[in-house]
Amino acid sequence: MKKLGLLVVLILSLGLFLAACGGGDNKEKGNNNNSGDTAKNEDSNDFKVGMVTDLGGVDDKSFNQSAWEGLKVFGEQNGLTEGEGYTYEQSNAKEDYIPNLTRLVRNKYDLIYGIGFELKEDLTTIAEQNSDLHFAIVDDVIELPNVVSITFKEHEGSFLVGVAAALKTKTNKLGFVGGIDSPLINKFEAGFIAGAKSVNPNIEVDVQYAESFGDPAKGKLIATNMYNNGIDVIYHASGATGNGVFNQAKDLKQNDADREIWVIGVDRDQHEEGKVGDQNVTLTSMIKRVDVAVENVSTMSMKNEFPGGEKLEFGIEEDGIGFATTNQEAMTEEIINTVNEWKDKILKGEVKVPTTREELKTFEEGL
Amino acid sequence: MGQVIQMTSNNRLFGILVPIISVLLGLLVGALIMLVSGHNPIEGYTALWNGAFYDAFTIGETIRRITPLILTGLAIAFAFRTGLFNIGAEGQVIVGWLAAVWVGIAIEAPMIIHLPLAIIAGALAGGIWGFIPGILKAKLGVHEVIVTIMMNYIALFVSNEIVRSVLTEHKTTTEKIASSASLGSEWLQSITFYSRLHYGILIALFAAAVMWFVINRTTVGYELKAVGFNRHASKYAGMNVSKNIVLSMVISGVFAGLAGVMEGLGTYGTVSVISGFTNLGFDGIAVALLGANNPLGVVLAAILFGVLKEGAGEMPSAGVPTELVDIIIAIIIFFVASSYIIRWTLTRFKKEGK
Repeated sequence: MKKLGLLVVLILSLGLFLAACGGGDNKEKGNNNNSGDTAKNEDSNDFKVGMVTDLGGVDDKSFNQSAWEGLKVFGEQNGLTEGEGYTYEQSNAKEDYIPNLTRLVRNKYDLIYGIGFELKEDLTTIAEQNSDLHFAIVDDVIELPNVVSITFKEHEGSFLVGVAAALKTKTNKLGFVGGIDSPLINKFEAGFIAGAKSVNPNIEVDVQYAESFGDPAKGKLIATNMYNNGIDVIYHASGATGNGVFNQAKDLKQNDADREIWVIGVDRDQHEEGKVGDQNVTLTSMIKRVDVAVENVSTMSMKNEFPGGEKLEFGIEEDGIGFATTNQEAMTEEIINTVNEWKDKILKGEVKVPTTREELKTFEEGL
Repeated sequence: MGQVIQMTSNNRLFGILVPIISVLLGLLVGALIMLVSGHNPIEGYTALWNGAFYDAFTIGETIRRITPLILTGLAIAFAFRTGLFNIGAEGQVIVGWLAAVWVGIAIEAPMIIHLPLAIIAGALAGGIWGFIPGILKAKLGVHEVIVTIMMNYIALFVSNEIVRSVLTEHKTTTEKIASSASLGSEWLQSITFYSRLHYGILIALFAAAVMWFVINRTTVGYELKAVGFNRHASKYAGMNVSKNIVLSMVISGVFAGLAGVMEGLGTYGTVSVISGFTNLGFDGIAVALLGANNPLGVVLAAILFGVLKEGAGEMPSAGVPTELVDIIIAIIIFFVASSYIIRWTLTRFKKEGK
């Protein structure tokens, strides 16, 4: 009796599985018709470009938002309509990457961006399956003929804001809040520390990783500890986690308007995020022009000049990296001038900014 | 006697009606929210349906998404049956994932040995992660909710560190597992347009059958349930309560560990540094609740949640934000949790009907 019951359940479950597969075959036929329709429609539209966000989403006030802004500018300039000519797919979990990429492939997008290194594996898979379509990955490198890899010299920009931080600090203690401890974010870390120590080798930098790009609560907690320990400038490279850093700085500022604490933003000019009444806690931001890169690559692709298989690296020289001077009260002319001096040194190749912890060590020894 | 039969049959009827009504109410409230926020609910739900069942690819992806949800649902339902609240399914998923992929990368063996070994490694890791809160609860009376929550964080950060320092040289993703340890199948992929559908669904359904069998047809299951109903009475009846608590947590952990195996050996074939919880374990709580802690119910609830979550990706095409699906799920859970209200209303109607 026991075994019989078990058998029945097993057969039922197998049946369920097969039924699901059988349903799949029918739908497949329906799909073929549909894709035929979209192919016809495609002739009237010229160019379609879409992007898949990583977990931050297009309103992360940082990396993804910047990419989306670039895509919007491109779309508006070329008279495309949002949702048809250009679009984004939001990813709420890692498992959404493949379905989101596939949705764009299925809707016949000519160029598809994967925003962020987290999409590397899934974008590789999809790009291998669709060798006739063009793809671009931001912040990582995929070596395939139909993928262009867009990377940035974040270490250079981080170096510059590190210089600004070192000039601004009164306690000689700086903080760095990273998202995930990964080769990419280590570039920010190494550049920042190198910049700060170039100005003053005795500066201490406390490095903390939140292990997340989407956890503002964690960011706030880390910022609380840092400010309590006498750190007065925090540079965050942590996506939406950094919103918590801003939040804490603003809370402290609200309670004590005379307290001098600063946050350095990342990816976009995060001036808006730092506003407290008349004051602003955003000292500057390391600007990574993802929007410029996205716009450029889209234009190239539309003109049939898609740089497939190439690695495009945007740095200070290419106007892909910079720093914000929006907060004129905090970023005095003196600071800006000094930062620009260092910028020239990087451009001339007099300073080679480290990109890893090992390179940073050698750099510090050379100071 | 007749009254007793009627009461039990009523209870069974209620047991089925309450989740169904909750789901319908959830969808209804979701439609209302769409209407109020200026979207067309019919278009919204059509998009949702298409997102889950549009073609072979989406169906493959939907089944893939259902697979781990079944297992985490079972994990939580199993512990519930013994009166334990295993919030640690999340952590057990992570360690199961890590262990399975680790075995998948580090060992070379023919498939017939390699695959089962990797699966068992993942299940075992989950089991150990369940054993710790179980033994603390049984021997020292530490509340399992507290311990399992902490164990989640330990799992997350330890796993991230192992990926970074042991399995790779400071990278964020490991290499792919050997094909001899993979649950993936080219055949399944070929009939579903390269979806990530894998054989894990069979394991998940088998696990549901195993849970049904253990709970309903074995002495061990009877004891586990008895401990769940009344710990003191069970002790008085001569059962070893401590042993049953530990056993229940271990089996629960094994189920959750298997959910991690599905992701590791089936969906991704790698393990990555993850920036936050997978939410599989937490969604499992909702699945178990909706499924009334019953294996068949869990399977059905997992199917519902999998469909809702997979379909949600398509909703922006109708202008509806994907977050709405999370709201609908939350409302469904709300009504299930407050099933008393539905029960009360139903009884009221029945009385008036007479």
